[in-house]
Amino acid sequence: MVGADRGDGAGGLDLALVAHLSRLARLGLTDAEMEAILPQLRAILAAVDRLQEADVSGVDATAQIGGLYDVMRDDQVEPGLTAGEALANAPSHEAGLLRVPAIQ
Amino acid sequence: MSLLDLSISELGRRLRAREFSSVELAEEALGRVEALDGKLGAFLRTTPELALEQARAADRRLADEADPPALCGIPIGHKDVLCTRGVETTAGSRILEGFRPPYDATVVARLARDGAVVVGKMNCDEFAMGSSNENSAFQPTVNPWDAERVPGGSSGGSAAAVAARLSVATLGTDTGGSVRLPASFCGVVGVKPSYGRVSRYGVIAFASSLDQVGPLAKTVEDAQLVLSSIAGPDRRDSTTSPAPVGDLAGALQEGVRGLRLGIPREYLAAGLEDGVKAVFDSACRWLEAEGAELVEVSLPSTEYALAAYYVIAPAEVSSNLARMDGIRFGPGEPQAPSLLEAYELARNRGFGPEVRRRVALGTFVLSSGYYDAYYLRAQKVRTLVARDFSRVFDGVDALISPTAPTPAFRLGERTHDPLAMYATDALTLPANLAGISGLSVPAGFASGLPVGVQVLGPYLGEAMCLRVGAAVERSADVWRRVPAGFDG
Amino acid sequence: MAELEAVIGLEVHAQLLTRSKMFCGCRAEYLGLPPNSNTCPTCLGLPGALPVINGRAVEMTIQTALALGCRIPEFSKFDRKNYFYPDLPKGYQISQYDLPLSLGGHLEFEVDGERRSCGITRVHLEEDAGTLHHAGEIHTAKFSLVDLNRAGVPLMEIVGEPDLRSPKEAPQYLRALRQLLLHLGVNDGNMEQGSLRCDANISLRPRGQREFGVKVEVKNMNSFRSLEAALEFEVRRQSAVIESGGTVRQETRGWSEAEQATVSQRSKEEAQDYRYFPEPDLPPLQVSRELVERLRAGLPEPPLRLRDRLRDQHQLAEEQAALITERPQDAAYFEAMVAAGAPPRSAANWQLGPLQALCKDAKLDIERSPVPAVELAGLVRMVEAGEVSGTTGREVLVEAFATSRSPVDLIRERGLIQVSDAAQMEAWVGEAIRQLPKAASDFQSGNDRALGPLVGAVRKASGGVANPDLASRLLRERLGRGGG
Ligand SMILES: [Mg+2]
Ligand SMILES: [Zn+2]
Repeated sequence: MVGADRGDGAGGLDLALVAHLSRLARLGLTDAEMEAILPQLRAILAAVDRLQEADVSGVDATAQIGGLYDVMRDDQVEPGLTAGEALANAPSHEAGLLRVPAIQ
Repeated sequence: MSLLDLSISELGRRLRAREFSSVELAEEALGRVEALDGKLGAFLRTTPELALEQARAADRRLADEADPPALCGIPIGHKDVLCTRGVETTAGSRILEGFRPPYDATVVARLARDGAVVVGKMNCDEFAMGSSNENSAFQPTVNPWDAERVPGGSSGGSAAAVAARLSVATLGTDTGGSVRLPASFCGVVGVKPSYGRVSRYGVIAFASSLDQVGPLAKTVEDAQLVLSSIAGPDRRDSTTSPAPVGDLAGALQEGVRGLRLGIPREYLAAGLEDGVKAVFDSACRWLEAEGAELVEVSLPSTEYALAAYYVIAPAEVSSNLARMDGIRFGPGEPQAPSLLEAYELARNRGFGPEVRRRVALGTFVLSSGYYDAYYLRAQKVRTLVARDFSRVFDGVDALISPTAPTPAFRLGERTHDPLAMYATDALTLPANLAGISGLSVPAGFASGLPVGVQVLGPYLGEAMCLRVGAAVERSADVWRRVPAGFDG
Repeated sequence: MAELEAVIGLEVHAQLLTRSKMFCGCRAEYLGLPPNSNTCPTCLGLPGALPVINGRAVEMTIQTALALGCRIPEFSKFDRKNYFYPDLPKGYQISQYDLPLSLGGHLEFEVDGERRSCGITRVHLEEDAGTLHHAGEIHTAKFSLVDLNRAGVPLMEIVGEPDLRSPKEAPQYLRALRQLLLHLGVNDGNMEQGSLRCDANISLRPRGQREFGVKVEVKNMNSFRSLEAALEFEVRRQSAVIESGGTVRQETRGWSEAEQATVSQRSKEEAQDYRYFPEPDLPPLQVSRELVERLRAGLPEPPLRLRDRLRDQHQLAEEQAALITERPQDAAYFEAMVAAGAPPRSAANWQLGPLQALCKDAKLDIERSPVPAVELAGLVRMVEAGEVSGTTGREVLVEAFATSRSPVDLIRERGLIQVSDAAQMEAWVGEAIRQLPKAASDFQSGNDRALGPLVGAVRKASGGVANPDLASRLLRERLGRGGG
């Protein structure tokens, strides 16, 4: 159904692709979770494939409503958070720095 | 009879007349929550210290100021996606457990500025994703009219609390119907302002191009008072409209004589339950009796709207939730052996099934090779949906329809069928895609369950929605009905 | 096998010298602050916080693009580039993807005195990330520490076309670009501290072939020297791969200063898919033609043209002209000295020599020099007129610099104006010969080195004010070596 650039649509969604998505989005899905989510995503995509029937030739994309342009601020410094406030919610910090496990 | 049965203007009159104080009113609200929320689950937490502090300040203003704001001393609740300084704000998700924002959302600050008294944070579907409130990581909220049924979502806690008179008004957020749907299911008024009418600063984002904060309240006038407080440009949200809000109160008295109201054929087409249809038909007769002209109109792109919504909203959410990484806030997994595992453990444990589904879906539709076929195409369909509305608004002043095809459904009824759950929003989400104004107003009951009528107005047409909504409210005359068990 | 040719393109990231960050009101200047003390809900990526575009950053980017001859499309927007990394608080970088602020320019630069031109693909605007600290090497450290003071600083990305053909062109291109940014006042050019950063793409192909070879991205070069060294290393490495019949792997490699080699960045090998999409929190930009023309009108003279003009107008040596125009404040100082009447070549020498040394020692920018251009010009004029010796002039400059006093006033106060009066000079010369009879006779008998002490004695007898040139001429005459 989906044709624009890959031509496989919902049927193209398989476990390998779900694993790729899980990695990209850092979802950490287990094998069982991937097995469970695959048919759900397929069903949703099958419904979403309805989009392919709409005639959108010559139609511009709408990313935002309101027709606003050039909304900018002056280059002025404003008070922000103290280091204490910035770190107050962090699960791990050290010497004023956020601590994260080995990047590897 | 409780003080919380009164409308905001009634409460305001009596507060000014010193019949009771804001502190007493706040204590009554907190007491009701304490006594009654156990069977409802509308509150994730109460904020008694904050409430009493704000109530004391409100009492001083009521004593000192010649003309204190209408909301001065009025108890309200905030959907838990609204950042409240120093108060735990979780968006109904484990991944934000313990998060105390160091800042207030603009809407929170504006209500505080106008003297409103915050009694607590309202339960919601996790990150506002859901139509039943069953996706809250912490507790379900039940419908005050029938504890077997859902309150609607995602602002279910906000709607249920108002219906049960645990708060005078609340804020919710509406991304695809999340204010209007629970308003309909719980029998209260809910407004979805036009996109950009209300600041999103400090609103934990679901879908940035669709989200709007809106009030839930017992009456159209109450909703208008809250909306007037929170609406208007905000320099911290670049997507707010610079257009002035204007006088929304005036609209309530204007009546509908001479208005042309459109009924979208597609919204009545399929799946409307008989009881809902009957309530809607009587609302139509009242409006005609008050002098409105009803015409059938067509929004032909409606059939694609749901599909476009379920591409655009997940796409944005997949990006918006990337910041939930367990490094700066949230429980995180700081002891994980590697950064990758820390990310994956934190997010796997922190996100519920619906959030995972939508993040995976959104990641898919944005990924290389699929972007054009899904995301870009959905944005083009969005243009078609918006064009439909602007075309019909050339000929009518507002649109009316049922808010949802059915009254509140049973708990668990749709939890295993995401598509059935998504279809709940079929009549509400097109307005979010188009960014137009809308509201749901109680119009009657079907088998003892509330049924709402949706009014859709043009972009920045909140006044028109309120005007039509007030007319429905006058004829329906149901707002003083209190669900059994909450009328003590 | 045909001779291999390198194809090189540079991507330069330059922090903009705005007051505040790209999308929030935190300070853009973050160096030296306590960690995580320069953040707000927006740049900390807290739930609910939203960005607002810094208008000045947009202007600076357009200005740079115009100086590079780019086209400024009327419509531009920001996009989200999605990836996870601890220095990226929101999990996406707000950048520009398919509709950047500018497209299609070029940069002129010189290699061995020859002018070259390199295409500029685009100049766009984005936000910087925070900084990471590790105990030791990133991939072996047990944990890392994150400082978000830098997160959200405006970052301009200047993408060059793959028009460079040898490693030695790369630093020259980068020098010219840096010089341009300095003259525009949009970046401080500091590569060590990372406010100016450069990544390179390099591939090899047989000379004469049109298609590009497999491209390797090289990062982590924080000086002109390391840029050239890294590219030279890559040419050797990739040549060896190709010549032994292998194929170069498409990858990202980091330059290791310690090993003087590029090292594969294994962790970045995971297939990246940035899932760009339009930033829904920011309305797009419609860059008005009026703004473009206003910014164009405010552009400074291009550095190369300024250099040629000063060289030709003031008969400066090529090298002198290049040095004096490296930074705009140098050129401004020089032109102010000349305007105040200092002979140009001497002005350049005094500025590039003693003054620059004093500024460097004091870690002061020339703009903040305690001896302003007009004052130094006065001193140079006195030296040129023979009213004061070069040596005295330099001593006075040191004191003037240290005390923020006028060097001309110091000379006057101390009576240091050189005396060239014949009778007075004759008396001091006689005195010197009387004091150093051995030196006098040595000089008379042909020992040139004996003249120095005699001139010194004349200066001493005069209390330092005798004109030394005149003293040595008179000594020669008096001691019978006037013709030599
Ligand atoms: Mg970049
Ligand atoms: Zn900031």
